[in-house]
Amino acid sequence: MSTQPKTLYDKIWDAHVVDQAEDGTCLLYIDRHLVHEVTSPQAFEGLRMTGRKVRRPEATLATPDHNVPTTDRSVGIEDEMSRIQVEALRNNAHEFGIELFDVTDVRQGVVHIVGPEQGLTQPGMTIVCGDSHTATHGAFGALAHGIGTSEVEHVLATQTLIQKKSKNMKVEITGTLAPGVTAKDITLSVIGETGTAGGTGHVIEYCGSAIEGLSMEGRMTVCNMAIEGGARAGLIAPDEKTFEYLKGRPKAPKGAAWEMAASYWSSLKSDPGAHYDKVLTLKGEDIAPVVTWGTSPEDVLPITAVVPNPEDFADAGKRAAAKRSLEYMGLVPGTKLADIAIDTVFIGSCTNGRIEDLREVAKIMEGHKVKEGLRAMIVPGSGLVRAQAEEEGIADKLIEAGFEWRFAGCSMCLGMNPDQLKAGERCASTSNRNFEGRQGKGGRTHLLSPAMAAAAAITGRLTDVREMI
Amino acid sequence: MDKFTTLEGVAAPLPLINIDTDMIIPKQFLKTIQRSGLGVNLFDEMRYKDDGSENPDFVLNKPAYREAKILIAGDNFGCGSSREHAPWAIADFGIRCIIAPSFADIFFNNSFKNGILPIALPQEEVDKLLEDAERGANATLTIDLEAQEIRGPDGGVIKFEVDPFRKHCLLNGLDDIGLTMEKAPSIDGFEEKAKLSQPWLFESAS
Repeated sequence: MSTQPKTLYDKIWDAHVVDQAEDGTCLLYIDRHLVHEVTSPQAFEGLRMTGRKVRRPEATLATPDHNVPTTDRSVGIEDEMSRIQVEALRNNAHEFGIELFDVTDVRQGVVHIVGPEQGLTQPGMTIVCGDSHTATHGAFGALAHGIGTSEVEHVLATQTLIQKKSKNMKVEITGTLAPGVTAKDITLSVIGETGTAGGTGHVIEYCGSAIEGLSMEGRMTVCNMAIEGGARAGLIAPDEKTFEYLKGRPKAPKGAAWEMAASYWSSLKSDPGAHYDKVLTLKGEDIAPVVTWGTSPEDVLPITAVVPNPEDFADAGKRAAAKRSLEYMGLVPGTKLADIAIDTVFIGSCTNGRIEDLREVAKIMEGHKVKEGLRAMIVPGSGLVRAQAEEEGIADKLIEAGFEWRFAGCSMCLGMNPDQLKAGERCASTSNRNFEGRQGKGGRTHLLSPAMAAAAAITGRLTDVREMI
Repeated sequence: MDKFTTLEGVAAPLPLINIDTDMIIPKQFLKTIQRSGLGVNLFDEMRYKDDGSENPDFVLNKPAYREAKILIAGDNFGCGSSREHAPWAIADFGIRCIIAPSFADIFFNNSFKNGILPIALPQEEVDKLLEDAERGANATLTIDLEAQEIRGPDGGVIKFEVDPFRKHCLLNGLDDIGLTMEKAPSIDGFEEKAKLSQPWLFESAS
């Protein structure tokens, strides 16, 4: 027996190895599988063609999220292709015996909001989904990552994945966050430091007092964007906050099983002296509210900065990319970020569509209105988040302030449904990707926190939220 | 899956870093429930103008590269979303090999499942291949997976690394699921043990 200290990732990995080949290729057991309509139809078709079954339908949960309209659901889906895809998910779930939270179910929502909300996401689990933001579930100390459709089929058929172990990377955020600085600013700032390929081949463990100080919602925001830093998974060691969040949720263990689970979960932390292949440390106090200026999530700067000059980038590839970005974004070097006018605000997504995010927005909006002429949209991450916000009175306040109040889905984060930017429109967005065309062809995206999005909604330009608190 | 043994063809240069999967296949084409037919929309927003006509400046629209089988690109190719529609579109277009200094993990993985060979090489070697590729149809490359080498038009040879298991699967066109199904007894055994040590993972509440 090796007594070498292990990281949290090492421990979860080791506990799930079914079989290991000589070259290190492993067959890894998968505890839970989340399925949505876009990346699964070809996988189910594959099962049908080969006469295979779903090995553990009870370990699998399906919900449509990418394609669903966020307006009145009772009238069905107008777009024919979207409708067919959502129907295919429904039919596949029924045919293969998988639980489905369908479009009109109050539990429907963005799959990465739904899993934790139901208590399906638990510490120490391996969780996969045909979606790169599966990293979100790492906030509970679960090893969770996105997979392609071939792998979706593989997991459906075998409840395993063929994998090679990644390296360990530690990202420590020390100290505390200043007022107005949130989990989104942490995760964007980390990507700004490492670049979008900085985590490639690694699993990131986030730790340090500023991470411990975050709510579960905040921790999910941090892990969600591990993928934008190139890491397939982010992890945070579970603690009392994690257990508190999970207790009593529909799919969390109950009674004696809870006691047994919680005792195991408490062991899930990295050993002192465990080895990390890469380490990044940031001081919580040094993190400012940030926004992106370009078309890669690494193009991030504090709101007090100016649009950079591509000529200042030493690397030729980055210089060319920055030039292309600024052209696409319609920005001029030297412009103050806080002078950039926006016409759209999108609050939602698996990054920032949880109840805490909506509370944050409501807090900033207190006594303010959405600036006239702006299109400002709130898309709760799930039907249950929407219902809770309505119960807490947040929804009324936000509608009163001038926001559109929508039904749950991925919506304008990727614009597969009708919620899209038109060419040239500029959006302050709480989502996770600012790629060219991501929110609509020619649309321009500035990523930021919900608090910063609220501030922008009030002034009609990118704004330092610290001026408003 | 189609076998990948030796590939000979024109290499198209696309010297951009961080080519993301939204660029490779924009979201409006993810609504399909099939794997085939996406090649026509590969790099759609760069490849076509707003009126739907071809953008003559885009590399895959230039006469020399319309039949390209190899793509040479910048750092961090395939970053972003996990959509397997990206390698499906690439394969459907006819490209079976991508050479870049680095790849995003999920895309890298997805490629092998679709008979596409992603090759990571040092920047200097990629730069050299980009230069060669600029010569168009006169510059065909041969990718020999068995020998793990790229043979250039001027007789130059570049060796490359590939994971032995993935190489084996590509060379033989093997289906992962079939291979894993043969290990069903190990999976059964794993589950039996886990049911005792972590019974809550197998209770019906989930």
